[in-house]
Amino acid sequence: MSRLDIKTPSKAQTVVDNLYRDVERRIAASPPGLCPVDMSLTFLQLCHAQTCGKCVPCRIGLGQLTKLIGQVLDGEADMSTLDIIEKTARSIVNTADCAIGRDAARLVVDGLEGFREDYIEHIEHHRCLASLSLPVPCVAMCPAGVDVPGYMALVGEGRCADAVRLIRKDNPMPTACAYICEHPCEARCRRNMIDAPLNIRGLKRYAVDHAGDVPQPECAPATGKRVAIIGGGPSGLSCAYYLALMGHKVTIFEERRQLGGMLRYGIPSYRFPREKLDAEINSILSLGIEAHTDVTVGKEITFEQLQQEYDCLYISIGAHQGKGAGIPGEHSKNVMSAVEMLRGIGDGEMPDFSGKRVVVIGGGNVAMDVTRSSIRLGAEKVTCVYRRRIEDMTALPDEVTGAMAEGAEMLTLMAPVRIEANENDEAVALWAQPQIPGEADKSGRPRPEKADLPEQRIEADIIVVAIGQGIEIAGFEQSGVPIKRGTFVAASSSQVGNMNNVFAGGDCVTGPATAIRAIAAGKVAAANIDEHLGFHHDITVDVDIPSPKLNNSPPHGRINTTEREAAERKNDFEDIECGLTCEGACTEASRCLRCDHFGYGIFRGGRNSKW
Amino acid sequence: MVTLTIDSKVISVPEGTTILEAARSANINIPTLCYLKDINEIAACRICMVEVEGHARLVPSCDNAVAEGMVVHTNSPRVREARRVNLRLLLSQHDDNCTKCTRSGNCKLQKLCNDYNLLGDHYIKDLKNIEDDFSNPVVRIENRCIRCMRCIQVCDKIQSMNIWDVVGTGTRTTVGVGRFRTLGESDCTFCGQCITHCPVGALQEHDDTGKVWDALADPKKVTVVQIAPAVRAAWAEYYHLDPKFATAKRMVTALKAMGFDYVFDTNFSADLTIMEEGSEFLQRFTHRDQYKWPMFTSCCPGWVRFVKGQFPEYTGNLSSAKSPQAMFGAVAKSYFAEKIGADPHDVFVVSIMPCTAKKAERAIPNLNDACGDPDVDVVLTTREFNRMLRGEQINPAVLEETEFDSPLGTGTGAAVIFGATGGVMDAALRSAYYLVTGRNPDPDAFRAVRGMDGWKEATFEIPGAGKVRVAVVSGLGNTRKLMNALKEGKASYDFVEVMACPGGCAGGGGQPIHDGQELAESRGDILWNIDKGMSLRFSHENPEIQTLYNQYFHKPLSHRAHELLHTDFTEWKMPTEK
Repeated sequence: MSRLDIKTPSKAQTVVDNLYRDVERRIAASPPGLCPVDMSLTFLQLCHAQTCGKCVPCRIGLGQLTKLIGQVLDGEADMSTLDIIEKTARSIVNTADCAIGRDAARLVVDGLEGFREDYIEHIEHHRCLASLSLPVPCVAMCPAGVDVPGYMALVGEGRCADAVRLIRKDNPMPTACAYICEHPCEARCRRNMIDAPLNIRGLKRYAVDHAGDVPQPECAPATGKRVAIIGGGPSGLSCAYYLALMGHKVTIFEERRQLGGMLRYGIPSYRFPREKLDAEINSILSLGIEAHTDVTVGKEITFEQLQQEYDCLYISIGAHQGKGAGIPGEHSKNVMSAVEMLRGIGDGEMPDFSGKRVVVIGGGNVAMDVTRSSIRLGAEKVTCVYRRRIEDMTALPDEVTGAMAEGAEMLTLMAPVRIEANENDEAVALWAQPQIPGEADKSGRPRPEKADLPEQRIEADIIVVAIGQGIEIAGFEQSGVPIKRGTFVAASSSQVGNMNNVFAGGDCVTGPATAIRAIAAGKVAAANIDEHLGFHHDITVDVDIPSPKLNNSPPHGRINTTEREAAERKNDFEDIECGLTCEGACTEASRCLRCDHFGYGIFRGGRNSKW
Repeated sequence: MVTLTIDSKVISVPEGTTILEAARSANINIPTLCYLKDINEIAACRICMVEVEGHARLVPSCDNAVAEGMVVHTNSPRVREARRVNLRLLLSQHDDNCTKCTRSGNCKLQKLCNDYNLLGDHYIKDLKNIEDDFSNPVVRIENRCIRCMRCIQVCDKIQSMNIWDVVGTGTRTTVGVGRFRTLGESDCTFCGQCITHCPVGALQEHDDTGKVWDALADPKKVTVVQIAPAVRAAWAEYYHLDPKFATAKRMVTALKAMGFDYVFDTNFSADLTIMEEGSEFLQRFTHRDQYKWPMFTSCCPGWVRFVKGQFPEYTGNLSSAKSPQAMFGAVAKSYFAEKIGADPHDVFVVSIMPCTAKKAERAIPNLNDACGDPDVDVVLTTREFNRMLRGEQINPAVLEETEFDSPLGTGTGAAVIFGATGGVMDAALRSAYYLVTGRNPDPDAFRAVRGMDGWKEATFEIPGAGKVRVAVVSGLGNTRKLMNALKEGKASYDFVEVMACPGGCAGGGGQPIHDGQELAESRGDILWNIDKGMSLRFSHENPEIQTLYNQYFHKPLSHRAHELLHTDFTEWKMPTEK
């Protein structure tokens, strides 16, 4: 026996390590709609296998919990079983020696709180509240329910124009989403179980870039109904699009100089080139939609007037009010909100940041947009000040690394305290208090807490506050639109409270969110406005989807889009991303597992051909 | 065309053909279990797996299309093993107590397991401890279900009812009644199409043979049995007899052998229905503005449940005439009981029907007009009758013919076609024509309403009455389309015949089961041929009907006829009705 040995993993350990990775990816690919009780039981069994066996609560208790939850699922439990489960789980949380037992039992406690009704349904009726109502994960995850497998197959066959037509059935802004969608569709892609999710957004971009000019379908015969849309962003445009297709007369009222909402006044052109945006908007307007820009409802025209003149209203004014940092000095000169700055850029008014030191407060996507725009506006140095860690930022990781590659500094764990101004009331520095990660909040992100370190001074010529946006509710509130926590209140149908002919959706209802959610809200509103007006127009498209090929799908690398070199791209507002090549797109499309056909899709609606 | 090789046989098939159908076209049989052509091609059971050269894994043949140059092996060692494993897996969750199953001998799973010589148990038995619900005409037995999903698809795609659904997730996924209801709480029509499309014994009719044996054993009871038109076209299918040989009169012999006191024919009361319903139609047609249009037939209980559950606003459009089965019961316990001097409470009426919904109709509370008891005591499906034959060790192949008893035993050609889609309409028009004009039309004048199209339309001129626009639908999916068209004003008719089962009662949910075959059309042809060969082809010419009116009802729609032969469909509620 040697006194010490070098640690070498056994073959079994190596294989198990690989299995852990596979299971992690597999969990990520869990389709929405699984039985939460069943999943709890499965996780619990995994946890129980991890027990070292020393302590009673973990060794025996987790096993008993497994049996008890099994009884619930097998219809052999009664309500007293639920009490025993609860009591046992709490006791394990209280008495387990280490995290293996404690946190395993906590999963059960959380479940009892979070989905108790599922437990009860199993006990009382021997059935499950969960169901796989949408069997195709990408379609289920897309707020607008776009037929992803369908257009993956079309792109794979080079039928890009058909892909665009198919997407438009559910989402009239394929180009916008091809460039800037946060692609929730990819999150649960079943391909995760094999290697990595499909590059769905990349393939959509390939489709729109190679589709040419795709004419819009014919509108249904005119109904004589008139709908006013307040706010010409993605939600308003989508609602207008489908209503126009259904034969209604649509008029958009837009406060700004141009249509596009946050796609224009929030997202910089290096992420979404303006000519692409303009082309998409013009294509939508080609359905005969009327748009009045530079019109503020409440000034040039009143809400009540619109209510009288139109059969229905859709409010989609977005969230365009920059939130203040709420720190002393924030009204100094050269302090601006991200919304303000990006709005100017959206209308082509480019501020000159040459030689300036820019400090951006915030860690979201808007903060990154401002950071990267500032670099392009010639700033000497751009520093992102954020009170948590990089991994806690809400910005997409690619945006953060992209900004860093372009030279941005990330000053994390710094809470802005005050802005120092000179005698001319011009900001000269941001003072920040260093932070230390604390206990996790409900979302699992650690709360930043004051670190035992002195405040720091960060020199700045320009300070941009990018910590969120609010909704300009003024005017609407007086007209009786219900408001809760700063947003309009609308039902899941988009209908606004008891206002008979008013619907609302997008950021102004959800708070700042993604373009695809805004688009989906517009689609939902269009459907329900159509019904409200006494119609039931089907939205459908005549594109036949290639039948799936036999595919053995061995593990294969995901093909990503690439970006222009940082040193080059940071000097201009041109598109930073290089789309997939034909070779890349065909290969990537062939990775699609066609869940519309294989698995549950072929049985339970792999495809909604109309809505 | 695509050319491929299956088991060394080079074949060409149209593009898009599945491997399974391609193989079948070359007489190569790939076994299937969940597969139902055009209805359930979901590759769930994984029995139809084949080996395709160049593909590492086995491929289900039912939902994958052929490709040029494909080389397929349907019986390689890997395929053989996979089929055996998957069959054994199914068996591990299947209650294989075959001796207690009505489908023994007619079960797809049993046959495949026998074919593959699966002896012994390899897996741990994994049955559920769940009580089955026997309170409805349609019964589902959880531990027999192999989750092939056929019932869900039939209920959804053919019947548009969406009663059966997938419930639960993960390993506990099974079939149940969707939207958190029980079958009894649902608006199920009890058409029974799920039963006739179940490959195993998971779905079946509520077995009522025991009640019949009890009645036959009870010396106090006067046992009376009626045979529905469509039953005679299917009753001896399991014996592989020529339909020309397997006549209703041989059924009479069998029923007499079982001990029934009187064997009568539902054809008699079908003719009676025509008299009442045809007269009612003319009454409505000549007083158009007093009624809602169109008038619907009401003889199909699945359809009656459908209209009450799905389109209740049209309940008033149903003909108030009872169905032939119900009219028979009412007449048996009144006119007939009087005639033989029996206490109607001692008359025990059994119906042999091609239908499971008739069991629900029998239980409708207001169908008790003759003496307060239900007009019909027990409904047996054709399948239950088959089981009784077997229990009596009766071999239909050696039976002689016996005439039906009188006075409820005579039917015309117009009655026997009730069992095929279009038949009720055809029969009604024949007599309506006579009632208006006083002369018979050509009995084949209304052939436009015959045939297997799901939704047929025709217009006929009846001199003196005018143009009658009729429609005939079968299958509830087709029916829903027609009802929606009526509702939206896109269709308009005077008289509509609806049968819940595709092809009418010939394809009824109580008929013998032949997996993967749709026999409604060929059975219907048998009925149309019987009609053609009969000397009496008009209901109004049925001598026993004429006697019945002369002696008892006086004329159609008389006061007594209304009491006994008509009903009010609003007096009872569907579970979903408020």
